[in-house]
Amino acid sequence: MAATLVATDLPRELTPGQRALRRLWRRRGAMVGLAVIVFFVAIALAAPWISPHDPLATSWSAVRKAPTAEHVFGTDEIGRDVLSRVIWGARASLLAGVISVTISLLVGVPVGLTAGYVGGWTDMLISRVTDAMLACPFLILAIALAAFLGPSLTNAMVAIGIAATPIFVRLTRAQVLAVKVEDYVEAARAVGNPPLRIALRHIFPNIVAPLIVQATLAIAAAIIAEASLSFLGLGQQPPAPSWGSMLNTAKNYVENAPWMAIWPGLSIFLLVLSFNLLGDGLRDALDPRHG
Amino acid sequence: MGSFLLKRLAAIVPTLFFVSVLIFGLQQLLPGDPAIAMAGEERDPNVIAYLRGKFHLDEPLPVRYGYWLRGALHGDLGESVRIQQPVTDLIVEKLPVTLELAGLAMAVALVIGISAGVAAAVWRDTRWDYVANVFALWGLSTPNFWLGILMILFFSVKLGWFPASGYVSPSENLGENLAGMVMPAFVLGNALAAVLMRHTRSAMLQVMASDYVRTARAKGLDEKVVILRHALRNALVPIITLTALQFGELLSGAVLTEQVFSIPGFGKLIVDAVFNRDYSVVQGVVLFTATVYIVLNLLADLAYFAVNPRMRG
Repeated sequence: MAATLVATDLPRELTPGQRALRRLWRRRGAMVGLAVIVFFVAIALAAPWISPHDPLATSWSAVRKAPTAEHVFGTDEIGRDVLSRVIWGARASLLAGVISVTISLLVGVPVGLTAGYVGGWTDMLISRVTDAMLACPFLILAIALAAFLGPSLTNAMVAIGIAATPIFVRLTRAQVLAVKVEDYVEAARAVGNPPLRIALRHIFPNIVAPLIVQATLAIAAAIIAEASLSFLGLGQQPPAPSWGSMLNTAKNYVENAPWMAIWPGLSIFLLVLSFNLLGDGLRDALDPRHG
Repeated sequence: MGSFLLKRLAAIVPTLFFVSVLIFGLQQLLPGDPAIAMAGEERDPNVIAYLRGKFHLDEPLPVRYGYWLRGALHGDLGESVRIQQPVTDLIVEKLPVTLELAGLAMAVALVIGISAGVAAAVWRDTRWDYVANVFALWGLSTPNFWLGILMILFFSVKLGWFPASGYVSPSENLGENLAGMVMPAFVLGNALAAVLMRHTRSAMLQVMASDYVRTARAKGLDEKVVILRHALRNALVPIITLTALQFGELLSGAVLTEQVFSIPGFGKLIVDAVFNRDYSVVQGVVLFTATVYIVLNLLADLAYFAVNPRMRG
């Protein structure tokens, strides 16, 4: 009887996850970022229904036309509707951001866990390879990979994913090294849990928070990287729309068609800014020592 | 000092080894026969046979790596298939252009980043702090090629202050060279300025809460002296290290900046090489940048060691 009294009298205890969500909710910047991300995801998903024109349809009678009611963002060098291309371009950017970071996580986290948990020669080897990859500047490595794989959006995503992997290996490894000496891990080992179970059930859940933060910031970096590769002609291939490749053609018409450059660039900026804001907010919310 | 130096030097050998394996391994990503891929559209059988012999493509992989590594160690990074010039010569020829750009960008970043960071820390939680933080977020989120296009739009097309593109060598005309470098240097330095601002701010906040700064203030020193001579000097140590490590990012950014402003540097070299399927040039450029990064990293560590007595043990 006494137990039920206590349970109803005290405010319900929040789980750490719920507390983190509450802290995140109070961060205005992060919430604005999240709202913008949701907006772009909605646009990308609804592209076939909301885009006013076919993003690939050319019109020689409407070449480089300034914004009008018919073409709100104007038209490009072969008369395609810029607004429709910006809407469809959201797909390439978001896909590239999410898929390449998923690749980095799928490769980087298990490898980092192995290096940190197993230690010894395995760790030595993995760490040296990671160092070697980190010695090549991110974008230059991605350009080289994309060059050898051949230019396409899929290969750009793979290249960005591989180039971003060492960051996750290093982060996971460092977190594992910090966590594996904790008492609860020692206890799990003492009662005879097998190593794989300790790594997955006792260590991994305790290193998820910094990985989430890093993944969010990495999506921002991956979106810029995809735009950069497409800008150089190594990502999304014409005529398929991508914000980066739109800027590539727009730079040749800055003088007489500046609207071609404004909107795709602004979209990249807003989406990347939002992921950065969300990442910063998540860091503060997930790490109680911050803020 | 001696043993630290030796240990540090020994540590870069395996890293360099893996870098070389990684970069050599890139060739394996080429679909099909690398000789056919390198020969281009014409697929001339003579060219293919020549390439196969030149790159020892009939030999087993480790032997090919051995040949490649021996060349690289002697400064021979192969030859450009398109321009018929040694890759090393191409790098040496283009490097000064990019170094000038990167150096100017670094100067822009240091001036803006450090002063904004100090202002944000000194006037913490005021309007200045807010403005500096917004600037940092803007710098980190703006793709530099877009910023470049916007600057061309305003400063070249609308105002006519600076040339939109093209490159004049400093030996030819220093004034025109610098005028052409203003926008690219700002565009390239912008993101680094944001990174430096954030680090300067947090390093300054940490230093300003320390005992010796409190002592300096208690002695009745002028606040300006406390901030510039006592706080900033100590906060600068980690910032200088960070700056050295950001050099690789500058080279990455230079690829895009050079593309926007048509500057014939290192970045343009790798992009042109990619489109010409000039794979030796791509590999050479990556190997060169990675080596530069590793050496800078080493120098940063040594500098840190030299200025930080606690590390001498």
